[in-house]
Amino acid sequence: MYTNKEIIETINMVSHQHLDVRTITMGISLMDCISDSKTRTCEKIYDKIMSRAGNLVKVGEQISSEIGVPIVNKRVSVTPISLVSASSRGHLEIIRTLDKIAEEIGIDFLGGYSALVHKAMSPYEEEFIRSIPEALSTTNKICSSVNVATSKAGINMDAVALMGKIVKECALATKDNDSMACAKLVVFANAVEDNPFMAGAFLGSGEDDTVINVGVSGPGVVKTALEKVDGDLTQVAECIKQTAFKITRVGQLVAKEAAKRLGVSSGIVDLSLAPTPVVGDSVAHILEEIGLESVGACGTTATLAMLNDAVKKGGIMASSHVGGLSGAFIPVSEDAGMIKATEIGALNIEKLEAMTAVCSVGLDMIAVPGDTEADVISALIADEIAIGVVNTKTTAVRVIPVYGKKEGEYAEFGGLLGRAPIMKISKYSPSKFISRGGRIPAPLHSNKN
Amino acid sequence: MKAIVSVIGKDKKGIIAKVATKLSDLDVNIEDISQTIMQNFFTMIMAVDLSESSHNFEEVKQELTATGQALGVEIHIQSQSIFESMHQLTTNTTL
Repeated sequence: MYTNKEIIETINMVSHQHLDVRTITMGISLMDCISDSKTRTCEKIYDKIMSRAGNLVKVGEQISSEIGVPIVNKRVSVTPISLVSASSRGHLEIIRTLDKIAEEIGIDFLGGYSALVHKAMSPYEEEFIRSIPEALSTTNKICSSVNVATSKAGINMDAVALMGKIVKECALATKDNDSMACAKLVVFANAVEDNPFMAGAFLGSGEDDTVINVGVSGPGVVKTALEKVDGDLTQVAECIKQTAFKITRVGQLVAKEAAKRLGVSSGIVDLSLAPTPVVGDSVAHILEEIGLESVGACGTTATLAMLNDAVKKGGIMASSHVGGLSGAFIPVSEDAGMIKATEIGALNIEKLEAMTAVCSVGLDMIAVPGDTEADVISALIADEIAIGVVNTKTTAVRVIPVYGKKEGEYAEFGGLLGRAPIMKISKYSPSKFISRGGRIPAPLHSNKN
Repeated sequence: MKAIVSVIGKDKKGIIAKVATKLSDLDVNIEDISQTIMQNFFTMIMAVDLSESSHNFEEVKQELTATGQALGVEIHIQSQSIFESMHQLTTNTTL
């Protein structure tokens, strides 16, 4: 039985500490929609998603009301469209269909305009990737991702080189909107098949036909719990673990109930502590509560490593199946503490890169000057991807070269995406390295058989 | 559905009476009730059962919110499963 004190603790977590479930994401396989006709493929996709996710928003709102915890986003992820459109080459027709569906069912985002090219790009995959700028600049709710490396395959540097150009094209295509399309595009190493978080969500081919994956949130809850801890780091870690358990249990309840009411499989709970730009909902502030003057100070990587590990230890016990990205997120524009640290000069790209070695998920929502060369973007991607490949973990890059803006200015995205101070990036040229192309071989320790 | 009604606010006469009357009007059965002063606030917690009620959860919630506003206190109603999930190690509850 629970006590009155615990009831009030839960109520306070929601009222004062921004406890929420970030997203219920319904993964829907589109494998059975593949046809060699563009029109037929789009019709089948429309019918399938409408039949599966038509009630997703309504059910999400019902559950949210009954448990008294906000469920911020309802989302859909689908089979990578590069596979679905391979036969018909109808990727742009499909994206119009997906955008229409997203509007009609009232979801917040739809992910899966994706390609998996970690070893090589087939001609239809390259054609697909080249369509990403148009796809993202002419739709509102569609998100895209490209997996350019795995620990087993190595790094497809031809794809990395191409993605630098694609990111720049996305920036140009949405130049009147602070290059917003880049905020909906993720470049991955070791992408996961069951990620509920955007912009990188897609449903992998090994997944069930329709499945509910849930992403939790709650940095504010962890920060508040730590305010009462006056002990050593073992006690800090214990406190994070216990709090993560409680947060994850909410996600588990929502996942189970949503799957039951929608008549589909319950997939995974993603343990990632997802911040929002709201004050009191920051991962950076947790690190500062542990004892840093500002995130970015020496000690940031160590405190983040401990936070990430403790969140997993608490969360894994609370959920039947943990999956997705499951680590602390450090998106600069979406975290009030990260924004502040960048503004005062305490945090830079190099420190962020080091931080990504010990947490999920990568260089996320980082704005750089609009005149940054495509080769530099590619090389930034290559560095981050190398961290993922060598450490056998997921890493990603979501970088925004903000058209027409320079260091010290801001990109304003609004909503969950927040505002990004434009950061300094090295201007020394990596062009020769990027133009070599080919593949960086898989690291020795990935050969485990 | 089993739920927890929590009433938090400044203490005054008649809070319990008014909330209990409202629940009775809505055919919601009160199974347990406790009252305390927590962090300087009047706090009443009721375990209730909605299964006999002719009103659905949303209607009960709206009525209680209105009652809370009239009394100048905050009234929440939440499925007990959220508290079991967060604060009990063993749980097999659904909403």
